[in-house]
Amino acid sequence: MKNLQRMDISKLTESMPLSRLPARQLSRRWFFQDCGIGLAGMAASALLASEASVQGANRALAPRQPHYAPTAKRVIYMFQAGAPSQLELFDPKPELTKRNGQLPPAGLLDGYRAAFINPNSALLGGKFPFVKHGQCAMELSDRLPHLGSIADEICLVRSLHTDAVNHAPAQIMMNTGSQQFGRPSFGAWTLYGLGSVSENLPGFVVLTSAKGTSGGASNYGSGFLPTTYGGIPFRSAGDPVLYLSNPPGIDARAQRVSLYTLEHLNRMAMERIGDPAIEARIEAYEMAYRLQTSAPELMDLSSEPASVLAMYGIKDLNEASYARNCLLSRRLVERGVRFVQLFHEVWDQHGDLKAGVTRNAEATDQASAALVKDLKQRGLLDDTLVVWGGEFGRTPMVQGGNDGRDHHNRCFSLWLAGGGIRRGYVHGETDDFGFNIVSDGVHVHDLNATMLHLLGFDHTRLTFRSQGRDYRLTDVHGKKVDALLA
Amino acid sequence: MSRIYAGLCIHFLIATCALAIPLACFGDTPVDFVRDVQPILAEHCLHCHGADPDSRQSGLRLDIFEDAVRGGESGQPAIVPRDLHKGSFLERVLSNDDSTLMPPPEEKNPLSKSQITTLQKWIAQGAEYASHWAFVPPEKSVTRQSDLHPIDALVSNKLASMNLTFAPQAEPSILCRRIYLDIIGLPPTPKELEEFSRDGIEKTVRRLLASERYGEKWARPWLDLARYSDTNGYEKDLRRDQWIWRDWVIAAINRDQPYDQFIIEQIAGDLLPNATQEQIIATGFLRNSMLNEEGAIVPEQFRMFEMFDRMDCIGKAVMGLTTQCAQCHNHKFDPISQDGYYGLFAFLNNTYEAQSWVYDSAQQRELAQLRSDFAASDERVRAVRGNWVGELELFAQRLIDLQVAWTPIGFHQLESISGLNHPVQLSDRSILMLGHRSADVFFVAKGAWQGTTGLRLEVLPHRDLPFSGPGRTSTGSWDVLELEVLLRPPGSKEWNKQTLVHASADYSQPEQKLDDGKKSLGPVAYLIDGKDANAWKADRGNGRRNQASVAVVQFTQPLECPPDTEIKVVLRMKDMLGCCRLSLTTDSAPTAAPVDYEAVRAAAIPAASRTAEQQTALFAAWRKSVPELKALNDEIEAIWQRYPTAMTSVLHLAQRADVQRRETRVLLRGEWDQPIAEPVQPHVPVALHPMPSGQSADRLAFARWLVDARSPLAARVAVNRVWQAMFGDGLVETSDDFGTRAPVPEHRELLDWLAVDFMERGWSQKHLIEQIVLSKTYQQQGHTSNEILDRDPKNRWLARGPRFRADAEVVRDIALSVSGLITHRLGGPGILPPVPQNVLDYNYVYPDYWKPATGAQRYRRTVYGFRKRSMPDPVMSSFDGPNGDLSCARRSRSNTPLAALAGLNEPVFVEAAQALALRILRESIADDESRAKVGFLLCTARQPSELEVATILGLVAEQRQRVAEGWLNPREIATGDPAKLPELPGQCTPQDAAVWTLVARVLLNLDETISKN
Repeated sequence: MKNLQRMDISKLTESMPLSRLPARQLSRRWFFQDCGIGLAGMAASALLASEASVQGANRALAPRQPHYAPTAKRVIYMFQAGAPSQLELFDPKPELTKRNGQLPPAGLLDGYRAAFINPNSALLGGKFPFVKHGQCAMELSDRLPHLGSIADEICLVRSLHTDAVNHAPAQIMMNTGSQQFGRPSFGAWTLYGLGSVSENLPGFVVLTSAKGTSGGASNYGSGFLPTTYGGIPFRSAGDPVLYLSNPPGIDARAQRVSLYTLEHLNRMAMERIGDPAIEARIEAYEMAYRLQTSAPELMDLSSEPASVLAMYGIKDLNEASYARNCLLSRRLVERGVRFVQLFHEVWDQHGDLKAGVTRNAEATDQASAALVKDLKQRGLLDDTLVVWGGEFGRTPMVQGGNDGRDHHNRCFSLWLAGGGIRRGYVHGETDDFGFNIVSDGVHVHDLNATMLHLLGFDHTRLTFRSQGRDYRLTDVHGKKVDALLA
Repeated sequence: MSRIYAGLCIHFLIATCALAIPLACFGDTPVDFVRDVQPILAEHCLHCHGADPDSRQSGLRLDIFEDAVRGGESGQPAIVPRDLHKGSFLERVLSNDDSTLMPPPEEKNPLSKSQITTLQKWIAQGAEYASHWAFVPPEKSVTRQSDLHPIDALVSNKLASMNLTFAPQAEPSILCRRIYLDIIGLPPTPKELEEFSRDGIEKTVRRLLASERYGEKWARPWLDLARYSDTNGYEKDLRRDQWIWRDWVIAAINRDQPYDQFIIEQIAGDLLPNATQEQIIATGFLRNSMLNEEGAIVPEQFRMFEMFDRMDCIGKAVMGLTTQCAQCHNHKFDPISQDGYYGLFAFLNNTYEAQSWVYDSAQQRELAQLRSDFAASDERVRAVRGNWVGELELFAQRLIDLQVAWTPIGFHQLESISGLNHPVQLSDRSILMLGHRSADVFFVAKGAWQGTTGLRLEVLPHRDLPFSGPGRTSTGSWDVLELEVLLRPPGSKEWNKQTLVHASADYSQPEQKLDDGKKSLGPVAYLIDGKDANAWKADRGNGRRNQASVAVVQFTQPLECPPDTEIKVVLRMKDMLGCCRLSLTTDSAPTAAPVDYEAVRAAAIPAASRTAEQQTALFAAWRKSVPELKALNDEIEAIWQRYPTAMTSVLHLAQRADVQRRETRVLLRGEWDQPIAEPVQPHVPVALHPMPSGQSADRLAFARWLVDARSPLAARVAVNRVWQAMFGDGLVETSDDFGTRAPVPEHRELLDWLAVDFMERGWSQKHLIEQIVLSKTYQQQGHTSNEILDRDPKNRWLARGPRFRADAEVVRDIALSVSGLITHRLGGPGILPPVPQNVLDYNYVYPDYWKPATGAQRYRRTVYGFRKRSMPDPVMSSFDGPNGDLSCARRSRSNTPLAALAGLNEPVFVEAAQALALRILRESIADDESRAKVGFLLCTARQPSELEVATILGLVAEQRQRVAEGWLNPREIATGDPAKLPELPGQCTPQDAAVWTLVARVLLNLDETISKN
């Protein structure tokens, strides 16, 4: 035991970082080959770049350079699960309003597969007036006044389309590029490609409000990528990170000394056995210890000024809400977190359309817009990609009575901001009914290809080999949409 | 020879100055096509010049010698063996012109210099092709050093060629722990460590292999592959009962069922002659796919997704081949065409998604007794009624005479009012309602309804329903609240509701009042009473629940409708029907005879053609119709009342009836709703061993083909997986893919030797494991020098023993075991572990059944933990346990802070620390040094060093002081409850328990505790 001395607990303080013990010189090659990561498609220079920054054995998360200079270094994806109605929020259709109650024109529905309704149901006009905003004169529903105030910052895509028409497969499609379960999520791909630059927090954090999503944990899972790349939920109630609190009766000092003892014993094992995995384990415990401080600190909004809370519309600091999650997203990216994803599952308005959309817009509009403004104020918007959208759209035809819409995959809307996205721009056009796309269709794969491009990746080259095949987020599809780029 | 090469080299150097390669290179070590060349071709060339004719460019194929030599459309040879300046292949590969360079620069997948050199060497040496190694049946290579264990002989050859030798044998205690963790997944107790030093390795191995704990450990990799879960997945993610299949796996592994039989029973156990309940349970394997119950789905879409999943699973688990690519197009690298994919698919496609009851052995005895009692009673019936045969046929004739002519309605619109369910009408006009359970369906047909007097509702069993239905509840029961008929004349917008009268049925259960008499179930009159509170229900109880029923209603007067009148039939239900048929008649006053409908249906079949079941149904109906048999009938009825409620049920496969045979078609781009017209017959890929001729190409034949002794893959894949479980990585690292893109294994001969030996030893996994454990290769110490770590970071060469963190289940079982908490009991329903409330709250459908296990159940082995797909167990997933979305052949092995937090703070781990503390106090004399040694030994199986003991004592001393000063509440630390006293041994104090709980928590989290060393 040449390096290790009898430990001296008396000199420990709770704030002292754990790892004060000398790390054994590790085999360099091990880092490159044994972290379980095949960096297929990564440029050799990227590997060299990461070599310099290897601090410990958790190299899987070491920061890496993408294929080319990125405009976005991090992502906040506000996923609106349940599928918000584009016709009530983003895509004004005066003709549809005019034909309210009539049957759709013949031929429009040929070969169409609706989820719930008999496609031959009456047309339903949009429930809300639209208002022009900003210098770009972007038309948005009157339910979205706050989004209107940042119209010149955002890019609204009205011509998104997807393959799936049921919630779970469609959410999985949006988030992993496949309707079938088992693929890595966009956040996991991002972390795999870029690594993490956060010292004290995970690289991919998930924040949830409302109820559980249809797609469940697979919406932010690592799929066939190593587990390390999966999203980690930070929870509004109870421990923000699972099992973060010490067991009953164990105070900070007892924890500190326990972990120091653990590290000391593990280092002795490292000295004797020389398995680099032990070093990785030591680091994981160290990170866990740091998380015990950093996660509660992150979740504690008491240091945020009243003006900021007001901007987001947060009334109760501790009450779980979408607005609170928006502010937490900003705090997370400030602390270096690479990918933050919000899930808000409320938008499935088969009925109660008018009141439901109003209620949901009230709960999300102000905070979503505030996040963009806040990022901008802090100079973070330029290299943070912000995305707001759900898994599909809703039918122009009514479902049940006169206050509901069914699932619709042929067109829906989504907005993006920051990170190299074109500002004050509306992309794509749908027909008079909001049924089909007329121009500039953007498939989910195209959107994902574009977002990866902003992060510095050629989507065809960010690959991972599983079962002999080089998988991509965009499967074998996708085309970057240049018009969306600044 | 060398002169020729020299000449070639010079020529080549002049031609391509960019690549300066020493002359000697081409005569050097021989290039191995399979190891060196094929991977390059597969990676860079074959997606355009490979087996797939659709994506082939310029008609050139490079994966076959004859084609490469002949060349493509250009007519020029691509490769000229032993000639480096002829042939378009090298010319294009070496081209300086981007427009001719191969691979095309835009693919951004260029060849490296060393790859080009390899290709040149290969061509210079004659461009010999060989079949992909994994498609050639394995053979045992001769091992020269006969005194060595065959594994060691093969490994030492390899090591010698690398100038390496075996590492020393691991210390006995470490080796003992390794063997325990590998065979039974539990660490040895100190007493077992002593036994090991007395008994030696061989005896210990045999004892462990005979332990029931062995099956619990080795089931897990198969459960991963089978994507086993206790819930259905997708949005609803409702509970399913499938644990009996999991128990079947454990039992099969414990009895060392030969692997070929293990596979055959799981894929086609139901088709074996006289299939047992166990063999039917086995087919639950392929039913572990996710099941979508979301509203408004088209069930066929998700059945197809299940089929894709089954193909993926068999590919990974048995064939070791990626099949997914060929779902959409011909495989680019491996010889599976899209047609071949659907050829395999066709073997599996003709099945029902069945669910059946499973009876435990006592119940099976009870059932056997019932059957014999029924037989005896029937015998007495026959004795009493000497002319029973004649009476029965007379009875059958009477039933036939009572029948009127019914015309089943063909509906053009089948929907649910809510839109949540999409019923489909089958060729016999029965209506199948799978998918979301929405209890409000209606069907519309158009016609001229002339003289129509009545409507018949047949409630029909179907094997895609639970227990054949006919209902959709968890027992297959059903009810109908209201049956309505509406008419709409052509051109009208108004539906006119028709008054229905005189409801009759074959059977209605005795009336059952609910909700203080506000609701009522039973009589068929409730079908048309206009009140949704009351329902027709015909539940005949255990054993007779899942059969057909019929109801007939009449119109007040015959319908006389003009052509194109629409008729709408509405069914409102509480417990939804799964299958029914609606028919009309013009006969006067139609009614349903009060005779079980199964018997009515049987009567219509000539006596000689009736199945045993049909004959039994008819016999029962007949005897019930004979007043003189009342006493005997009552006796038989009393036997029925003893029919047991099944222990559980299982989702399994069942072969579709011939009349419902399902054709398989190639799907365009793999889209479930884009079949091409021509059906595909079941067939196997030509690149693999053929199917024995003259056999019917059914699922059973397919299962046998998969594990045929001539299969080049089955045994290799199986032994590789065992190797992976013991060494951390397989000999083929991609244990789910042995195709051409898989890395060629360093120890190919070893893999082949093991595979052949495995088959020679009757596909015995226990024998295989014993072989491996007894090898020097396995027994090496796990650590090594930095130099070897540098040269071989992943231990491909096997110059050291295995060392890696244990799997999630083993990590948790270690904590439960060393703390003494663990409860051993084989099998049973999934155990609900404690899960934080904030995790439970975040479900789409809240799992209100989640009441965490308490007492001994809580500490059952982790393999019995309940797995919910959309809410992966937080402890399992932080230690890389897969969540059952799809088949998983190898887990990743991460090291995350989440895993650290789980090990430190998760309630069961904390309870384990508290229990371990008490165990340490119990099992050592009352001084801290001896306690430290006992605790360390329990967790790591070795004695701690002086420094380690001192380190532990440092923690003890400080925390003792802090407890004494009142900083810590000892009771709270030791029990979780500030007021509760731990159960202290002898002289110990709560302070001891608290301090040692802190130590135990550290010990349970040691790298050596959670690793296999």
